[in-house]
Amino acid sequence: MIGQPIASRHTNPSDGLAMAIDVKGLTKRFGKKVAVNAVDIAVPEGQVWGFLGPNGSGKTTTIRMLCGLLHADAGEGTCLGYNLRSEADAIKRETGYMTQKFSFWEDLTIRENLEFVGRVYGLSEVRRLVDEALEKLGLAARQNQLAGELSGGWKQRMALAACTLHGPKLLLLDEPTAGVDPKARRDFWDEIHKLADGGITVLVSTHYMDEAERCDKIVFISSGIIVARGTVAEIVTASGLITYTVAGDGARHLADRLRGLPGIEFVSFFGALLHVSGYDRALLESALAPYRSDAKLTITETLSSLEDVFIQLQQQAGA
Amino acid sequence: MKSFAIHRIYAMLGKEFIQMRRDRTTLAMLIGIPLMQLFLFGYAINMVPRHLPTALIVTDSGPFSDSIISALNNSSYFDIGHTTYSRPEARRLLGQNRVAFVIEIPANFSHDVVRGAGPSILVEADATDPAASSYAVSALNGLATSALRDDLTGALASRAPKAPAFNVVVHSLYNPEANTQYNVVPGLLGIILTMTMVMATSISLTRERERGTFENLLAMPTRPFEIMVGKITPNIFVGAFQAALILGVAKYVFHVPMLGSFGLLAFAATIFITALLGVGYTISTVATNQMQAMQMTFFFLMPSILLSGFAFPFRGMPVWAQWLGEVLPITHFLRIVRGILLKGNGWIEIWPDLWPMVLFLFVAGTIAVTRFRQTLD
Repeated sequence: MIGQPIASRHTNPSDGLAMAIDVKGLTKRFGKKVAVNAVDIAVPEGQVWGFLGPNGSGKTTTIRMLCGLLHADAGEGTCLGYNLRSEADAIKRETGYMTQKFSFWEDLTIRENLEFVGRVYGLSEVRRLVDEALEKLGLAARQNQLAGELSGGWKQRMALAACTLHGPKLLLLDEPTAGVDPKARRDFWDEIHKLADGGITVLVSTHYMDEAERCDKIVFISSGIIVARGTVAEIVTASGLITYTVAGDGARHLADRLRGLPGIEFVSFFGALLHVSGYDRALLESALAPYRSDAKLTITETLSSLEDVFIQLQQQAGA
Repeated sequence: MKSFAIHRIYAMLGKEFIQMRRDRTTLAMLIGIPLMQLFLFGYAINMVPRHLPTALIVTDSGPFSDSIISALNNSSYFDIGHTTYSRPEARRLLGQNRVAFVIEIPANFSHDVVRGAGPSILVEADATDPAASSYAVSALNGLATSALRDDLTGALASRAPKAPAFNVVVHSLYNPEANTQYNVVPGLLGIILTMTMVMATSISLTRERERGTFENLLAMPTRPFEIMVGKITPNIFVGAFQAALILGVAKYVFHVPMLGSFGLLAFAATIFITALLGVGYTISTVATNQMQAMQMTFFFLMPSILLSGFAFPFRGMPVWAQWLGEVLPITHFLRIVRGILLKGNGWIEIWPDLWPMVLFLFVAGTIAVTRFRQTLD
């Protein structure tokens, strides 16, 4: 199968854990374009996994296949122990899916949206459940407001309340915090971890590095192929990327001079700091050597950040 | 796996009714449009045009010309607004659309009648619209026998037309006065329902798709049949309300007779409305945006107006067009409505038109459910 060797370099150590998601070779084509190519994902129950990758890399398509919104062209596996292909209905009943774009009914109030969801899932005592959910997420005061009138942060809270109302065992969140302010993002993540503590498995796609670092493990997908997976530390170590920071007056002016030198993969700004990354320590050292003598500059080796690694992975995959 | 669950249908219905209530503009249109169309077309459409402008060319000065002219005026089909001696002048009036008829009474007409020479009156009709002139033309035929009846007496009695060997007696049943409104107003019931019902449902799923809520609906355990029932049912109520409104206006404003059973009519109307909603729903499973849905709605609406027997006589169409017309639910519904209202038809008489509508309903409903994709592929 195309792409299989690359994917299999990052096999899942299952360690005998019960898997909430366990799929292999998941593939989706749109016409000639292969959107998702032989993706293997195994997420143990109760963990929070981050799903990262550039725009158009296949994150949304993968999530949609997991919750039965798209038929996989190839691949098999289970979600919550149900067969991905033949038991989509059972998966839907126990999964909560939060779409990238707000997808609740803007002409219904918060309460009406939640009650609709509750009735669709056939929950008993819908009213009481909705009351509790509203209270828990601090939406009680706004319950009679039309969903369309809410700001981004409140919409996202409402969506989370709605897709967890039926007590799902698996949450699939597709860029849930895009366009949400930092405070609301932090609250949202606190809520995610509370849910995970309660035993829910979460797969969340994001572009934010700080969010990726809140996940138990990360899967990085690029052009439909998984190019890295593991904990943040594992991915950083596995990348073999070495990073130096240059601090001090005039550090910024160094960027153009360093770019393109042998052994320097990329140079990027972190505030007043300059990150210089590459794979070969000797080459990096020799590239930086002329500036060591400059008293105004401090050059130190540092741990590569997740962002450094991701930009590098993205460049490799794109090349 | 059960194909539907009551609690999910209940959930869908609740959602749809709330959304319908919130969408005041659409709701107002669903009530306002039928009323406007009913009054506009009910009063405007007349299939038996009278008082058509007519030019007269008179070169005869005898007494019988006057009798012919007054007979023409009395028929109420002709309004003689122009009298001329010139043929080119009369032709010009026809060409400019200022008259619909030119009637020429030749020189020596009265003299020739008396002589027994059998003179002719020439009538030139603007036949660009045959339907508009046909009633007036047929009224002219009786004129020859009746117009001079009072004049040709005594010595001239022998010139009067002979009584024919037999008579043809015509009884125009159900609508003896040929009142167009009796035909048009029940027909409008079918047309208005077709338009509003198909339009209202054709955008139902399309709108969910455009707003992105469809993805959410599919990610939940809702099933195609449940979504369809949820989308269609509120519109059945709207359709029933429209039908009651139109029938009320038909009875109390246009004084259309209602001879048959109202219950039977309500039953047939419910089947008709549901069949239309099936069409609209099928459109909404196919259309990717509301513009497409509207275009497809009009694609269905045009034949419903033109091939159903609403605008033009059904039996005047070639057989293949009649077959096309028979496929449309409105063709059968028009026969049922006119039958129940004007003829007092019952179950037995409407059955031949009832079952095709039921069949259409099942076919449309099946296509709608099978067309429905439960994934975003």
